[in-house]
Amino acid sequence: MDERNINDILFEDVNLTYDGDDGSLVAVHDLSFEVAAGESVAFIGPSGCGKSTTLHMVAGLLKPSEGRVLVGGAPVDQPRRGTAFIPQDLGLFPWKTVLQNAALGLTIRRVSESEARTRAIEALEKVGLAGFERAYPKELSGGMRQRLALARALAMDADILLMDEPLSAIDALLRESLQDTLLDLWLERRHTQMLVTHSIGEAVYLGRRILVFSERPGTVIAVIDNPDVGMAGYRASAEFSAKCQEVRIALANGSPIEVLDGDAGDEGAEVVR
Amino acid sequence: MNRPPSMIRRIIGYVFAVVFIIAGWWITALLVNSPALPTPAATVGVLAQNAPTLVPYFWTSAYRVIVSLVIGTALAVPIAHIFARSRTLDALFAPVLYLLYPIPKVVLLPILLVLLGLADAPKIALISLTVFFQVLVAVRDSVKIVPESAVLSIRSLGGSRWDEYLHVVIPATMPAVFTSLRIGVGTAIAVLFIAEAMAGSTGLGYFIMQSWSMVNYPRMFAGIIALALLGVVLYAIFDVIERRLTRWRS
Repeated sequence: MDERNINDILFEDVNLTYDGDDGSLVAVHDLSFEVAAGESVAFIGPSGCGKSTTLHMVAGLLKPSEGRVLVGGAPVDQPRRGTAFIPQDLGLFPWKTVLQNAALGLTIRRVSESEARTRAIEALEKVGLAGFERAYPKELSGGMRQRLALARALAMDADILLMDEPLSAIDALLRESLQDTLLDLWLERRHTQMLVTHSIGEAVYLGRRILVFSERPGTVIAVIDNPDVGMAGYRASAEFSAKCQEVRIALANGSPIEVLDGDAGDEGAEVVR
Repeated sequence: MNRPPSMIRRIIGYVFAVVFIIAGWWITALLVNSPALPTPAATVGVLAQNAPTLVPYFWTSAYRVIVSLVIGTALAVPIAHIFARSRTLDALFAPVLYLLYPIPKVVLLPILLVLLGLADAPKIALISLTVFFQVLVAVRDSVKIVPESAVLSIRSLGGSRWDEYLHVVIPATMPAVFTSLRIGVGTAIAVLFIAEAMAGSTGLGYFIMQSWSMVNYPRMFAGIIALALLGVVLYAIFDVIERRLTRWRS
C-alpha cells in the first residue's frame, strides 16, 4: 500500500445495502472518490441519496457491504481518534453543561479532567461561547448549539471533521455567519472536511470540491472543482453565482429532480424531489 | 441570575400551603368535634406526650419502607434496561407486564403472610413488589426515548458500551427512577399501613390500629401524624433528588 497522509479518505467501489424487515435497500452503489488531506469537500444531492450513509461510513459507524473505506490508508473498522462527527441534530447531551458537552470527546478518551477542561474552554472561546460554560444546551439558541457542536470537535483537535447538514435548522441570516465560522476554522486549521448539505449556496461557499450525488442508490454523478473557496467576498461574486448554477445544472442532469427557482446565487436554494 | 426572587416566591408558596392546610385542618376539627380528630394545637401536645413510645414504631416502619424502596428499585432498573434494549424480550414480556401492572399487589398480602411469617419479610416483600412495578414501567418507557443521536455521538467519539450507559442511558433515565419513586412513596406507605395493621405487632400501622382498639384517640392520632410525616419526608427527598437530576430540563 502506498504512503498516505493519515487523514486522506478513500472510497473504493463501495456498496451499502440495508437489510430491513421488508427487503433490502441499496443506499449507495459503486461509490468511489477520494478526499485528500486538508481538503474541504461538500456533498450535495436529493434527500435519501446516501450522503449521510457515506458520512457514517467515514465515521466508522457503518461498514460497507462491499468495497473499502480507507482513512489514512487503513480500513475504517471503528471510530477513529482524530475524526469528529457532527450528526444532523448535533448529538448534544441535554443533561450536560456546555463545558461538559465540549469536553466529552476528551472525557471518553480518558484525557485528564484538568486538561479536558482547559482544552474545552479554549475551544468554546474560539467559537464565541466563552461565558456560557455552565449553561445547558436548552438555554442556548440554535446557532449557539451549532457552535457548541463545533467546539466539541475543536477540543478533540480533530484532523477530520464530518458534518451532516449541520446548519439545516438555522435561519438564513445566522446561517451565513456560521458558514463564515466554518470557513475561517478550515482556512486556519486545514483539517480534512466533509460536509453534507441540501443547500447549493452552502456547498459552493464551503466545498473546495463539490460531489454531486444521484438519487438512491447514491453514487457520485459529478465532481465540481471550486478553487475560489475562501476568497474574500466570494459569496457576493459573479464566480460564486456561476458555480451555483453549475451545481444546479449537475443536480438537474443527474436525476429527475426539481430545483427551486431563484437567482443563481440564491443562498436558500434547496434541492427538492 | 433571577434565583433570589424565584426562591422567595417558592418559600412564600410553601408558607401559604402550610397555613392553608393547618387552617383547613383546624376548621374541620372544630366542625367534626370528635376526639378522633384533634385540633392542630391539641396535636402538638399529644405528639410530645406520645413521642417516647412512638419513636421505635416509627423507625420500624421507616426501615421497612426504605429497604423496600431500595430492593424494588434495584431489581426494576436493570430489568427495565434489559427489556428496553432487547426487542425479543420486550415483545415477550410486555404483555405480562401489562397484565400484572394494574393488579393491586396488596391483595397478595395474605399469601405472603402464609409464606413469610409475620415479621419484616412479608411487608418488605409486598412493598418491594409494588415499587418494583412502578419503577419498571417508568424506566422501561424512559429508556425507549433515549435520544438516538446522543448514542451516535458517543459511538463516533469511540465510546464503549459502558460510555453509552454512563453518558447517555443513565443520565437520560435517572429522572424517571426518581419521579416514579416520588410518586410511588404514597402507595408504598399505604401498603405499609395495611400490612402492619393486618399482621404483626410492630410498626406505625400496628400502633395506629392498636390505639384505635384501645379507644385512645390522641395516641392514634399521634401515630397517623408520624406516618404522614414519614411520607412527606420521603417525598421531599425524592423531589429534591429529581430536581437536581433534571435541572437541565427547566
